[in-house]
Amino acid sequence: MRSTPFWALSEAMLRGFLRDRASVFFAIIFPLMFLVLFGGILGSQDQPKVDLIKVGSVPLVDELPEEARAAFDEAFEVSEEDDLDAALTEVRKGDADVAIEQRGDELVAHYTQTDQVKAAVTQGTLRAFVDGANVAATGNPPAYSFSAERVEDESLSVIQYVTPGLLGWAIAMSAAFGAAATLQGWRQSKLLRRLQLAPVSTGTIVTARVAVTLAISMVQLAVFLGLGAAAFDLQLTGSWWMSIPIVVVGTLCFMAVGLLAGALAKTTEGAVNLANFLVLPMAFLSGSFFPLDGTPTWLQRLSDLMPLKHFNTGMLDVMVRGEGPAAAAVPLLILAGFAVVVGLLAARLFRWDSA
Amino acid sequence: MPAIDVNDLTKRYGDLTAVDSVSLQVSEGEFVGVLGPNGAGKTTLLEMVEGLRKPDGGEVRVLGEPVWPRNPRLQPRIGVQLQASSFFERLTAREQIHTFASLYGVGAGPADEWLERVGLTDKAATRVEDLSGGQAQRLSIACALVHDPELVFLDEPTSALDPQARRNLWDLLSSINDSGRTVVLTTHYMDEAEVLCDRVAVMDHGRILQFDTPAALVRGLDAPARITVAPGVLTAAEAAAIPGVQETHEDVDGVVLVTRDPAGVISALAAGDHLDGVTVQTGTLEDVFLALTGREYRA
Repeated sequence: MRSTPFWALSEAMLRGFLRDRASVFFAIIFPLMFLVLFGGILGSQDQPKVDLIKVGSVPLVDELPEEARAAFDEAFEVSEEDDLDAALTEVRKGDADVAIEQRGDELVAHYTQTDQVKAAVTQGTLRAFVDGANVAATGNPPAYSFSAERVEDESLSVIQYVTPGLLGWAIAMSAAFGAAATLQGWRQSKLLRRLQLAPVSTGTIVTARVAVTLAISMVQLAVFLGLGAAAFDLQLTGSWWMSIPIVVVGTLCFMAVGLLAGALAKTTEGAVNLANFLVLPMAFLSGSFFPLDGTPTWLQRLSDLMPLKHFNTGMLDVMVRGEGPAAAAVPLLILAGFAVVVGLLAARLFRWDSA
Repeated sequence: MPAIDVNDLTKRYGDLTAVDSVSLQVSEGEFVGVLGPNGAGKTTLLEMVEGLRKPDGGEVRVLGEPVWPRNPRLQPRIGVQLQASSFFERLTAREQIHTFASLYGVGAGPADEWLERVGLTDKAATRVEDLSGGQAQRLSIACALVHDPELVFLDEPTSALDPQARRNLWDLLSSINDSGRTVVLTTHYMDEAEVLCDRVAVMDHGRILQFDTPAALVRGLDAPARITVAPGVLTAAEAAAIPGVQETHEDVDGVVLVTRDPAGVISALAAGDHLDGVTVQTGTLEDVFLALTGREYRA
């Protein structure tokens, strides 16, 4: 059997990757652990109820009509306590979220600000019940009514959001680390020099490395989508197949980042650390772990400078938001731009040997 | 046509002239050693000959071809062993040599033959990281030779090996130019150069100080021989009376006679029946090396 230099190099690199347990762990298992954590555990939990302590008799609550009482119980986990001080101590210690007492016609809520979401829910809900009671007290039917309906696609659950983001992080990590570690490792062991003296062109070496990294990215994509769909009810929308070109161009872009780190660093450890230093903050700022919608404007502008942000946006659009193939065009162009600029920079700084 | 033809080759790094107008011819089929202390310029010279570095001046032709810029006609004809660790990570010995074979368009058959020739068949399934130092060196030499090159460069192939592994490797090294292959070897070990090389170039400060056969280099040193006879055979005064003896002294091994005419002195000793426990120590390549490059320590 005689194989071409391209296949021989690709095979050698792929074997080297598959036999490196740490690389496989960080490329596949580690991100999947986050997927299970976010998608499986956080995703299945409903908004937890607010723990409410009713101090003494609170007629406003006790005398709620049956329907309203049911709604009240849905929002609050009610327990009773006769002593106000004991109730306040519990709230202070964090065992309960709010204690309510009634002073004549006034409903007083003693709450903690520790959990800001619960504090806001508590205040808003209690106020709504008091308002409702006020209207009921007038004996008139309410003039206005309120009902809430979710506009978003009902399937955009936690798993829908976290799968593209975590996949982006996983691909960025393995592409950048793989490129950085290979380049620096081969330079240190003088294998790059050795290959320079073999009848193999630099283009063949680079193409083989790109092919292997792309193959790893495609496996990551398949594993993420497969596990998401099988275990966590991930629903893909129409043009999800456009995620394939995004993954390809994204991989090239993150490889360029890794090559840059490999060109700058003097040791393999240094190259991996530098790649980590570039990729992990980028993952946080690009919405791989949490949505950026609620963050300050300056942070969102900053995230626009991160290639991973555009990767994630494009993946979300085509994979779960149901947008057409055209939605991938802008992210693809931006990623390609990053890949070219960073790649050229890495090529300029490239050295054959570490001396 | 010489296998290697170097003319007035120069390489400077800033103020340092690493290689200083070196000229050197190596004939086809020759086994040549390059000796020199650390920093003498051996590696830089070799890298320019291999075509890895651009010379600042002078010319290199290898097998009749110019080496710079990168000459694709040359690569299949030369083999290079850079360092024991220049391997693809986490591949077995067999996968390693098969990969190198594929880079040169050579099939698996010759690759396995080389594995056998360097005695690594039973280590074929062992990953390179788990090979001993000597096994890794043998594999690295096999990878350099797998495409049957006409010219081979070996860069300190026995450094960091224990004495048994070194001598074990010598048999392999001395056999690789049997088929008329030209070999260039750099080494720190004089005994190795003396045993293996047809000619030795002694290098220091970027220049080639001497380039000749080991025997001619030792002769050229004109060092006196030291003849020792067992204690009690001869007194120092008697020894000093023998014609040709320059000086004598006594130590625990007996009487030492220093002479430039060892043959004459030994005949005289034989005539007087004074040959009991006689040993003769002549100059070695190591003496040549130290005489040429000095004895001061250089890191």
